[in-house]
Amino acid sequence: MSGTLAEKVWEAHVVRHGTGAEPDLLYIDLHLLHEVTSPQAFDGLRLAGRKVRRTDLTIATEDHNVPTVDIDKPIADPISRTQVETLRRNCAEFGVRLHPMGDAEQGIVHVVGPQLGLTQPGMTVVCGDSHTSTHGAFGALAFGIGTSEVEHVLATQTLPLRPFKTMAINVDGSLKPGVTAKDIILAVIAKIGTGGGQGYVLEYRGSAIEALSMEARMTVCNMSIEAGARAGMIAPDQTTFDYIEGRPHAPSGADWDAAVAYWKTLRTDDDAKFDAEVHIDADELTPFVTWGTNPGQGLPLGAAVPDPASIPDENERVAAEKALTYMGLEPGTPLRDIQVDTVFLGSCTNGRIEDLRAAADVLRGKHVASGVRMLVVPGSMRVRAQAEEEGLDKVFLDAGAEWRQAGCSMCLGMNPDQLKPGERSASTSNRNFEGRQGKGGRTHLVSPLVAAATAVRGTLSAPADLEN
Amino acid sequence: MEAFTSHTGVGVPLRRSNVDTDQIIPAVYLKRVTRTGFEDGLFAAWRGDEHFVLNLEPFKAGSVLVAGADFGTGSSREHAVWALMDYGFRVVISSRFADIFRGNAGKQGLVAAQCDQQHVELLWKLLEAEPGTEVTVDLTDKTVRAKDLVAPFEIDDYTRWRLLEGLDDIALTLRHGDEIGRFEGGRQSWLPTTDPLPTV
Repeated sequence: MSGTLAEKVWEAHVVRHGTGAEPDLLYIDLHLLHEVTSPQAFDGLRLAGRKVRRTDLTIATEDHNVPTVDIDKPIADPISRTQVETLRRNCAEFGVRLHPMGDAEQGIVHVVGPQLGLTQPGMTVVCGDSHTSTHGAFGALAFGIGTSEVEHVLATQTLPLRPFKTMAINVDGSLKPGVTAKDIILAVIAKIGTGGGQGYVLEYRGSAIEALSMEARMTVCNMSIEAGARAGMIAPDQTTFDYIEGRPHAPSGADWDAAVAYWKTLRTDDDAKFDAEVHIDADELTPFVTWGTNPGQGLPLGAAVPDPASIPDENERVAAEKALTYMGLEPGTPLRDIQVDTVFLGSCTNGRIEDLRAAADVLRGKHVASGVRMLVVPGSMRVRAQAEEEGLDKVFLDAGAEWRQAGCSMCLGMNPDQLKPGERSASTSNRNFEGRQGKGGRTHLVSPLVAAATAVRGTLSAPADLEN
Repeated sequence: MEAFTSHTGVGVPLRRSNVDTDQIIPAVYLKRVTRTGFEDGLFAAWRGDEHFVLNLEPFKAGSVLVAGADFGTGSSREHAVWALMDYGFRVVISSRFADIFRGNAGKQGLVAAQCDQQHVELLWKLLEAEPGTEVTVDLTDKTVRAKDLVAPFEIDDYTRWRLLEGLDDIALTLRHGDEIGRFEGGRQSWLPTTDPLPTV
């Protein structure tokens, strides 16, 4: 029977098919943990006298709360410290491998998994974190879960799940210079809306997707959740295999050959049907930025702040009015005229080595505008080490940016890296929700290239603007 | 989990769409390691506004939230469900829920009742015209009732059954332990484990 990539991975993990209204029970190949969404799950296990069924398929890292300076000192915020210490205690008690703050493999959970070679095609990957969709870039079925489900996976290594629908996101053509994976996904979200993917697994396909590196594919899949989809996937190909080969947990020898032979079967069959299809022309895309308070409120950088009065749908109009009030923006203002206080380069969306390289290329020999603070936060300690090996840290420091330790940082401001009320950022992260980067903070989502150019000019800009 | 058959309580109109989980409870409240006491974080940013609906009598004592479309988008934080329940909500009504939020709600016994937008609008009008109006949400016949308004709602059959019975998901899954074991026996040997690698 023909099927889509997502259906094939699903079917390969069914422990038992549900009858009637009962969901299927799916096996989970990899369970990632961090400090924020796991403490109550471990508590649940303790209360019920249960163990972690497969500690060998479970791995934890500290990312959301960790400071990005002075990491050799105890965490100053006592509540953050307690949460991190709780994870350490839980991992020790239940026998789960943990990469704590300061460890060479510590970092954002969605950067660490792929980098270790733990994320592989055809796997099921879960984490108590909505950006687990990142791992779908490898052709894995990967999605975020709540804390009750974290406890469920810890106890049983399975999840009861009901089938999803499938949506093809066809991105054909080729990206113009200066246009990136981030611009693709922001354009997709603006097109289908923040609820457009609800109930679907998205499969990104087409020549523009095939041309992307693994890291760029991760950026695309990462923000599937921002379109309402729990998961996004890309069929594995030679780019995928090349990325995995030789990583610490990748198969080797005869195992490698067997794995690749299987991975090559993980493609949507030609006669398979998607429940929905969307088309995006890559040639038409330009750098994209958000103007509002949800990731669907985005426009090409060359556009102006929209006028809510021109939006026909009443609910959307009201939402746009509220967003502009919160963002402190006037309709008709060119997006390029918007001044920022802060530029944040990092997060599970854009905190990988290629993102840092791209931004460094723009910043080399230039300086961050006066009055603008730029934070560069590598996605993992390994990314940080690699960047330092390439001298990127020096480029950032010479340009006047701050070079930090690894973590989620200002993406959600659970650590001290936050916006102050009224401050405005250009951020390579994934959410421009009210207060996301600090109470009263205003966020514009951008690509690493736009982030770097914005840092230099002080207003939302693309690298091409620096040449004029 | 406590079983849920029917609930009657004061309806609270929340005229906003795209209420993401960062709005339901900001990240700063997520640092706790306990499972209760999150009510102070519920809609924390908006509760600073004296005109916010939960700052108004008699909505303060509400237990049925009637919200705009795309409720619970964004972060997977189950704290959003805990905060709503700790505050006293037993039901959220919306025309569309984010998938993870709906799943989390079902695990905890918070009913995510999906109504047509048309009925959501009628409920808003009713609750605003007569603040304090009680709304009855009946899981047995999947119906919302308020004054003369009767509106059907959708919830998946399995979640409904679990809520009506008050059943714990993990205990249900552990009944299939043999099948899980058989599946594990058939997994490919080259699949990765997280066991630490020997240091070279």
